[in-house]
Amino acid sequence: MSATLIAVHEQIEEPRPWLHHLRRAAFERFAALGFPTTHNEDWKYTNVTPFTKIPFERSRRPAPRLLAPPKGATVTSLAHALETEPGLLEEHLARYAGFHNNAFVALNTAFMSDGVLIRIPNGAVIEEPIHLVFTSSEQDRPTVSYPRTLILAGRDSQAVIIEEYRGADGSLYFTNAVTELVAGEGAVIEHYKLEKEGDRALHFGALQVRQARSSSFTSHSIALGGALVRNELNVVLDGEGAECALNGLYVAGGQQHIDNYTTLDHAQPRTTSYELYKGILDGSAQGVFHGRIIVRQDAQKTDAIQRNKNLLLSQKAVINTKPQLEIYANDVRCTHGATVGQVDPEALFYLRSRGIGHQDARNLLTYAFASEMIERMKFEPLRSRLEEVLHERC
Amino acid sequence: MLEITNLHARVGEKDILKGIDLRVNAGEVHAIMGPNGSGKSTLAQVLAGRETYQVTAGQVLYQGKNLLEMSPEDRAREGVFLAFQYPVEIPGVSNMYFLRTALNAVRKYRGEDELDAMDFLALVNEKMKVLGVNETLIQRPVNQGFSGGEKKRNEIFQMAVLEPRLAILDETDSGLDIDALKAVAGGVNLMRSPQRGIVVVTHYQRLLGHVVPDFVHVMHDGRIVRSGSKDLALELVQQGYAWLEEEAACLPR
Repeated sequence: MSATLIAVHEQIEEPRPWLHHLRRAAFERFAALGFPTTHNEDWKYTNVTPFTKIPFERSRRPAPRLLAPPKGATVTSLAHALETEPGLLEEHLARYAGFHNNAFVALNTAFMSDGVLIRIPNGAVIEEPIHLVFTSSEQDRPTVSYPRTLILAGRDSQAVIIEEYRGADGSLYFTNAVTELVAGEGAVIEHYKLEKEGDRALHFGALQVRQARSSSFTSHSIALGGALVRNELNVVLDGEGAECALNGLYVAGGQQHIDNYTTLDHAQPRTTSYELYKGILDGSAQGVFHGRIIVRQDAQKTDAIQRNKNLLLSQKAVINTKPQLEIYANDVRCTHGATVGQVDPEALFYLRSRGIGHQDARNLLTYAFASEMIERMKFEPLRSRLEEVLHERC
Repeated sequence: MLEITNLHARVGEKDILKGIDLRVNAGEVHAIMGPNGSGKSTLAQVLAGRETYQVTAGQVLYQGKNLLEMSPEDRAREGVFLAFQYPVEIPGVSNMYFLRTALNAVRKYRGEDELDAMDFLALVNEKMKVLGVNETLIQRPVNQGFSGGEKKRNEIFQMAVLEPRLAILDETDSGLDIDALKAVAGGVNLMRSPQRGIVVVTHYQRLLGHVVPDFVHVMHDGRIVRSGSKDLALELVQQGYAWLEEEAACLPR
């Protein structure tokens, strides 16, 4: 893939000097890094090498669809924003999602397109969720797309943002999506990522969040589709009293591989993070959860809780779970824990002893395991949809 | 309705049931008493189809059918109900959803129409009223955060909804205060009917003051060593279980 990409993209045509410079720098960085291999500690359990040999072509995929244009917020395509607000983009774009050590983010930065800029003014409360849908339509040749989203939430603003990724089963494609989100002082932002790519897709997604003082960020990351999926979520708690909650659910079967890599960077005092990721793995599916928590020297009174719980439904399913705590302050509370288990035989017998068939009882218990994550989702339509999807799969 | 002949069962390498013979007819209430470790609970679990126990000899006929060949769910669908000694907590599944799924599985097996949410709610409301069950119980996740008494009441409530032909109550009285005990006993008495057999497994005589059995059996070391009328239970209260040891010593091995 790298050879093909270089051939196609050597001609980065970009009229704006600052952006041309950014794209070139990112591309050079990508060329230097190359695709990660499993020798890289951060990619130990996720092997992308087979995909890097596929000659992906740039897709002419339609710009993301926006469901129900929100009142009070502005949502524009990146291309349009480059015309109308170049200064704003130059100030923010690629300032948060670093590409220096991340080949996929570098690649996205070099070739980003199909992008969206979301601005939520200071003090604005956006009632309706801002719902972006990224769809990969059926293609006869392998294609790659680089969606890029920039979300600027002003001081004391409030909004719900949904990013949904989906695509056709049977098509071989690669989605490399990067989102940067800046939450201003006191902002309250809820973000949903619903990944339901086609069954042959490669999905790399990075969400980079920067939180200012007293802001609150809640993430719900739901990964259901794709052949190989890597979700990176990095939150920098960069203001005193900022708090965040990261909720994750991954459901994989067959040969699926789903990797969640989260980093919580407590950079300022009295910041709080609460993280719970749950995984359900069936067939020969593989799951990875890597939860990194950094507490900087100044970040006293940090309170961080991380939990990862997994349900393995078959003998062949595998989960690799890895907490990574780097604590440089001394007055902090950090706890983490991971569990891996099967369907509880006691509960299974209890249900069967009431007349519920073996398979139905298993499904009911599997669904129950996931339901905790669904209950945390405040946005009802998405909750119902997810319930439906899970009932189909469990 | 239930005919147990020379039933032997073990868990791992350990023999627990060593030849049980018991016959329960419709309309009868049998109490099975005995000290801890005598095999009472094992008997209850084997009848419900618990796979941890391996039946090594003997047979169990239920309404003329070989019970031991049936899966746990088929036993339930045929009308066997076990009230658990330790009801299992199932977070994420409401009592309502659980019971409706169970009842409909049973109805489907019997060739009856499944109940929709409205009909089911009507049925549940009626049963709750009769049993004096708190309405919030049905909305909560199955047994999660229930007190000991609530869990046992929930077992009785499930029994009332599923209306089994053979009900086996495994130490449903243990750990209950007197109010909960009366409520549970009241529920069991409501279930007494000429069409139904009830087996009450208990360590104490306490419950039998409220649910008067037709027959009392005493278990020791995997066997039924004495059977008699309700007076046998009173005798046990006065004597305790110590005499069993002496009597067992005289039994041929």
